[in-house]
Amino acid sequence: MPTLTIDGNEITVDAGTTVLQACEKLGIEVPRFCYHERLSIAGNCRMCLVDMERSPKPIASCAMPAGDGMVIHTNTERVKKAREGVMEFLLINHPLDCPICDQGGECELQDQSVAFGAGNARFDENKRAVEDKNMGPLIATTMTRCIHCMRCVRFSDEIGGVDDMGALGRGENAEVVTYLDGLLDTELSGNVIDLCPVGALTSKPYAFTARSWELSSTPSIDVMDAVGSNINIDTRDGYVMRVLPRIHDDVNEEWISDKTRFAYDGLKKRRLDRPYVRKGDKLEPASWNDAFAAIKTGVAGAKGAEVAGVVGDLADMESMFALKGLLGSLGSDRIEARQDDAALDASVRSGYIMNTGIAGIEDADLILLVGTNPRTEAPLVNARIRKTVRKGGLKVLNIGPSVDLTYDVEDFGDDASLLKSAKGGRHAISKLLKAAEKPMIIVGQAALRGENGSAVLKMARDVADKYCIKEGWNGFGVLHTAASRVGALDLGLTTEGGVKSILADAEAGKLKAAFLLGADEFDTAALKDVFTVYVGTHGDEGVKNADVILPAAAYSEKAGTYINTEGRVQKAAKAANAPGDAREDWTILRALSDIIGETLPFNSASDLQAKLVEAVPHVATVDTLPTEEWGDFGVEGELGKDGFVLSTTNFYQTNPIARASSIMSECIDARQEA
Amino acid sequence: MLADKDRIFTNLYGDESADIDAAMKRGDWQGTKDFIAKGQDWIIEQIKESGLRGRGGAGFPTGLKWSFMPKESDGRPSYLVVNADEGEPGTCKDRDMMRHDPHKLIEGCLIAGFAMRAVAAYIYIRGEFFREAEALEKAIEEARAKGFLGKNACGSGYDFDVFVHRGAGAYICGEETALIESLEGKKGQPRLKPPFPANVGVWGCPTTVNNVESIAVVPTILRRGASWFAGLGRPNNTGTKVFCISGHVNNPCNVEEEMGIPLKELIEKHAGGVRGGWDNLLAVIPGGSSVPVLPKEICDTVLMDFDSLRDVQSGLGTAAIIVMDKSTDIVKAIARLSEFYKHESCGQCTPCREGTGWMWRVMERLVEGRADKSEIDTLLDVTKQIEGHTICALGDAAAWPIQGLMRHFRDEVEARIDAYQAKAAE
Repeated sequence: MPTLTIDGNEITVDAGTTVLQACEKLGIEVPRFCYHERLSIAGNCRMCLVDMERSPKPIASCAMPAGDGMVIHTNTERVKKAREGVMEFLLINHPLDCPICDQGGECELQDQSVAFGAGNARFDENKRAVEDKNMGPLIATTMTRCIHCMRCVRFSDEIGGVDDMGALGRGENAEVVTYLDGLLDTELSGNVIDLCPVGALTSKPYAFTARSWELSSTPSIDVMDAVGSNINIDTRDGYVMRVLPRIHDDVNEEWISDKTRFAYDGLKKRRLDRPYVRKGDKLEPASWNDAFAAIKTGVAGAKGAEVAGVVGDLADMESMFALKGLLGSLGSDRIEARQDDAALDASVRSGYIMNTGIAGIEDADLILLVGTNPRTEAPLVNARIRKTVRKGGLKVLNIGPSVDLTYDVEDFGDDASLLKSAKGGRHAISKLLKAAEKPMIIVGQAALRGENGSAVLKMARDVADKYCIKEGWNGFGVLHTAASRVGALDLGLTTEGGVKSILADAEAGKLKAAFLLGADEFDTAALKDVFTVYVGTHGDEGVKNADVILPAAAYSEKAGTYINTEGRVQKAAKAANAPGDAREDWTILRALSDIIGETLPFNSASDLQAKLVEAVPHVATVDTLPTEEWGDFGVEGELGKDGFVLSTTNFYQTNPIARASSIMSECIDARQEA
Repeated sequence: MLADKDRIFTNLYGDESADIDAAMKRGDWQGTKDFIAKGQDWIIEQIKESGLRGRGGAGFPTGLKWSFMPKESDGRPSYLVVNADEGEPGTCKDRDMMRHDPHKLIEGCLIAGFAMRAVAAYIYIRGEFFREAEALEKAIEEARAKGFLGKNACGSGYDFDVFVHRGAGAYICGEETALIESLEGKKGQPRLKPPFPANVGVWGCPTTVNNVESIAVVPTILRRGASWFAGLGRPNNTGTKVFCISGHVNNPCNVEEEMGIPLKELIEKHAGGVRGGWDNLLAVIPGGSSVPVLPKEICDTVLMDFDSLRDVQSGLGTAAIIVMDKSTDIVKAIARLSEFYKHESCGQCTPCREGTGWMWRVMERLVEGRADKSEIDTLLDVTKQIEGHTICALGDAAAWPIQGLMRHFRDEVEARIDAYQAKAAE
């Protein structure tokens, strides 16, 4: 624990802390461009130079480990000169085109030149011009503005895990490029836009649409996957202009996936903005009253299991709770959340969450992946695994299809029966599990989707029980892909036979009414002759066979509670207005309940919240990693020799919002061309 | 003047064969086993006593550098890396040593490698030195065949091998940490220090990088004794040194001389004097392109060693003496060096990447006089903004020649501006 003196203040820091970090602890601002706390240290911008006593030259504080007895000065004339000098060098070849630069207003170069620059220009030569590069449909480049901090290169190499980016050329001809002038092929590519301290890399979809000071920022939660990334939704005049990550060290750190960041244009396209009622073969616009009346007629007489509900992947707790109440008043508890037929067991909570938490991955020394591709199912979970692998000490094993996860994985084959061998004790997997101190099992949805789903779950549970449950460590984890899933399981929204049985009943004429709450991920053809109400946001699969469509608010347009794959309860806030007549889901269901059943017992959001907490008490415990009792779940059965079928849905099109997004389509096109 | 008997590089001119038998006749590989038998500490102590300072330019005491290497391995092997990426303009000493006397270097690698407990030596040789790389590889093969390298090298019980790695010709790869990066197969860009190579070097293992000449003189120092070497030259600047004399002299040459020999004597005795006589001398760059230029007044008396040249605000550098007579356009000469450094800057850190181009462009205008006099001070200020603010010393190397020019030839630069302005006014 070295103790050093900075500007006369003594501070003791942990060994390995850099001088710059020590300065920050004291609240002393040290300007920097290349340094980023989540990337490796480059020390190349030279902006963070400070004076160290007994050193003839100023030192780069970002790279210098704090040493005992060091005396640092950050406010000497020499430091001031050095900063002005570096600032001048950075600006001589910078185009200073701030008025037409999207970074304007949130540019580190602007801010620091005001704070630390000399304020005059002495450079009389011509400025360098650099050709722009093609980095795909998401990242706009103006490479003349590049100050060569290499944050983007380090990000793509270290966190993205791709070697698409680097610097070519030497000296003043050095250029940051994607080597093959192609896209940055990682699901996390958009983060380089945030990392770029200048306007060299900016968002292509956001280009020239708004200025940062015109936006209002709303802290919210992402629903594109089950990670629950913390985001800021930036809006202007009630419209979403962009989505940016919000720091949450235990969930998404400082990153978000490209889908989270860029699918927002899908919020404006193919939206349901008024109720529709089916007349013959056609859906016709209707008023809310007419729509409700049609529903009243449609569901008349339907009771119990004749009424079923399916909730979609993006639903918030409040909406699902309201639907549960509405169907309950019709005497039905037949609501299914597992659109993909994953054999999840709602009876034991530790059996359907990632008990270690996402940050807990960093403590693990072995991870056994079972039927999952975390890179596309949850890019930030994958980034966390990669981070831990890179740090050293984590080994990753895989049972399931072999995929490129950007780090070394030992593939054991795509065969469900390997789980049994893993439990056995003689197989290499079980030896590794046994030797590990903190082993984890991550079970993906693909592992649970097959006929043998329950048996796989049971066997995975048994393997975990044997090797992964220790004092203070529960290494069993389920990796969900749907933002709504854990919340739905907490509400008990599972049914015997799942969606398949609902559809079978529909075909057999045993189902009279179906309520789809944003459920678009299964083929609804079987519901053609069933009276179907669709409450949702987009004209997607769910509306095809609907008889009444009620337009609802998307995640950005309502306050809501989501529970991520770790079981962490998070609250999203309303950032934008829903289009047209669309309303928040729970208010629709509450109003509908007045007409077709018993009035739901809540008149305001806070009423609803109170009832929800009554039903699911842990909803009140916001942003905490739960500790759940270990138990028994799954059903013993034949594992078979078959492999797991990973979802074939493209990463960029896993939900109605993303499918409506033209930016997401462009991402797919760009990859097909490449 | 150095007596012939005190010469270390007895085949610097290639008068005799470079092969191992001829080398052994000249004394190489004699008693190597005995030196190793005396142990690491003895060797390092001898080198410290000899006062040998690194011959690559910075003049850091060699024995001290070796002593930074870990005495006990933490599981990682240690490496010796020999910097044969001789790229400093004006310098051509290592080239001749490797071409004509490679066994001095190979034997030095074994002794130095043993002293720092290294398992192997890598000689990183400049890509353009094709024949020299061949000569080295041949010498290594010869030494291996005689059992001087490999398992139980020289019968000492120590296992050691030497490998040649060819660079691709970038000047920056002569910087020790850039060299390490390049040796690892990466882009040659200097690393941040700390950690220093002795702690984290090539492949993350303890490494010492030494110049060819620093290593090649080691066997002779041990054979003839540290006091012999320390007795040559001046205090703190001991021993012999190979000087490379080029430019406007009658007989450009490499020559081994005592440290501290007067510059004038060196040029007149060995290089046949300045073209047109000593009085026709304009200036000398005494230590390779990166050190500040010296005008004739200083050259008249200055001694050629680290401290003497530092006292006149220049440096011994690689001891590459670039002589310029009065026909030289000194501004253009320095501008050419500025272009070189602009071209060779790796582009990693800001002051050097942006500053070298700026300086060169101003220098190009100063050659014509197409500038304002105030720009001279701006230019000097820019050199100060680069100097000491970069990861490696290339920034300093780019700044010093300009500082030297302005220190001694500012009148010439100003006169040129006057002339240009006068002509423009016509």
